[in-house]
Amino acid sequence: MLKRPHYVALIIVTLIALVVLNLPGGAVARLRFAFNGFFLPLFGFAATSQNLAGQAGDLLVPRRELIRENQQLRRDNQQLQLVATQAVEIARENARLRQFLGWREQAPWKGRLKLGQVILREPANWWRTVQIDLGSRDGLRTNLPVLTVEGLVGRVSAVSFDRAQVVLLGDPNCRVAALVENATRDNGVLGPSGPVPGDVAVLSYLPPGAVVKPGQKVVTSGLGGIFPKGIPIGQVLDSQSVEFGLYVEARVKLAANLNGLEEIWVLMP
Amino acid sequence: MNVIPTLLILLMALVVAFAQAWWGGLRGWIGVQVDLLPALMVCAALQTRLATVALLAVFGGLGFDALSANPWGISILPLFVVGLGLYAWRGLILRQQAFAQFMLGLAACGVVPLLTLLLLLTAGYAPLVGWGTVWQLAVMALVGGSLTPPLCRFFEAGQLALSYRRHTQSSFRPDRDIRRGRR
Repeated sequence: MLKRPHYVALIIVTLIALVVLNLPGGAVARLRFAFNGFFLPLFGFAATSQNLAGQAGDLLVPRRELIRENQQLRRDNQQLQLVATQAVEIARENARLRQFLGWREQAPWKGRLKLGQVILREPANWWRTVQIDLGSRDGLRTNLPVLTVEGLVGRVSAVSFDRAQVVLLGDPNCRVAALVENATRDNGVLGPSGPVPGDVAVLSYLPPGAVVKPGQKVVTSGLGGIFPKGIPIGQVLDSQSVEFGLYVEARVKLAANLNGLEEIWVLMP
Repeated sequence: MNVIPTLLILLMALVVAFAQAWWGGLRGWIGVQVDLLPALMVCAALQTRLATVALLAVFGGLGFDALSANPWGISILPLFVVGLGLYAWRGLILRQQAFAQFMLGLAACGVVPLLTLLLLLTAGYAPLVGWGTVWQLAVMALVGGSLTPPLCRFFEAGQLALSYRRHTQSSFRPDRDIRRGRR
């Protein structure tokens, strides 16, 4: 049975919760990151233990394996250099053609990518976010695209001095204008699919007659102004007509492995 | 007043909240991240004072939300409601029994995320909800319930190690006392 002290405690805790929830946005952001200060010793402990585990793992790898891996990396590097030389030539040609047609030149990515490490993952099951070790001191600001070599990951949603929160694809707060690489290059909006599985998103609002087949690639369309055009997002799994044929919806398997993210690239302005 | 249980439970709340965000856990395999703060709340509600339960709800809720995309402070009330309910009726519970702790942990680890989701939806947010949520809640409840008894044992052991020593038998012996005056 609830007694008077129980009611008093309930009222006090409810008041605290209401006050915190109704604080202005700027104050909440500051207090939130200040509260993160309590976790600093744990951050240090986690980083140290990770380093130690990494060093122990390095010691266990045999020398022969390292030499074999080194040779493989050299071969990959040579192949990539050839591809890069070809890509540079194609980029020059593209720039010349753009000049002839009077189109605006696209800003190259080289030198604009900043490498960051994922330090924390979302503890709640109903959001998809991660925290990275880049912040405003590194020039980050909100809405910058975040990617891996496999494809788009999400965008920066909040920034503190030394950390930033990245909202991942499939989160309700991360919608991306995307297009399917089919004959008609149909445009749609990539949004959340559901809580599980975590590597699938839904591409909605495709035109009613869109021919979308499994295996077709999905890339950013560049509409909306946040994500540059042409970043790989994933592949179509299946599609269906929804809302009595008003539009087509496709499930997309994301190219980047969002559950195993460790290092990401932030595309700086 | 002994503040060690309170400090210990708050420290455990910090560690649990951080560990959930740092370690991917089961998410990579079955798409579910387990929340152990409700299990910790069960231990606190069964073994400590009301003030400690309230502090755990506030501190643990704020800590969890600071590492999450949740609105800051949304997790306080669900944690406290469950903690208060258990605290108020703990006299009727065989709280030392591992099975009782398991069942309470099972219920708490299912109810707290459900209440948080309801609060989020009521406040106008759009969290990821679907049929998969039922699976997530079931796994959270089961794993959280299973980890509640060991967590309670750990908390008890920590309390014993850090609290004042228990009063042992007195050295006074009634057969050897000196009686004065007439018999």
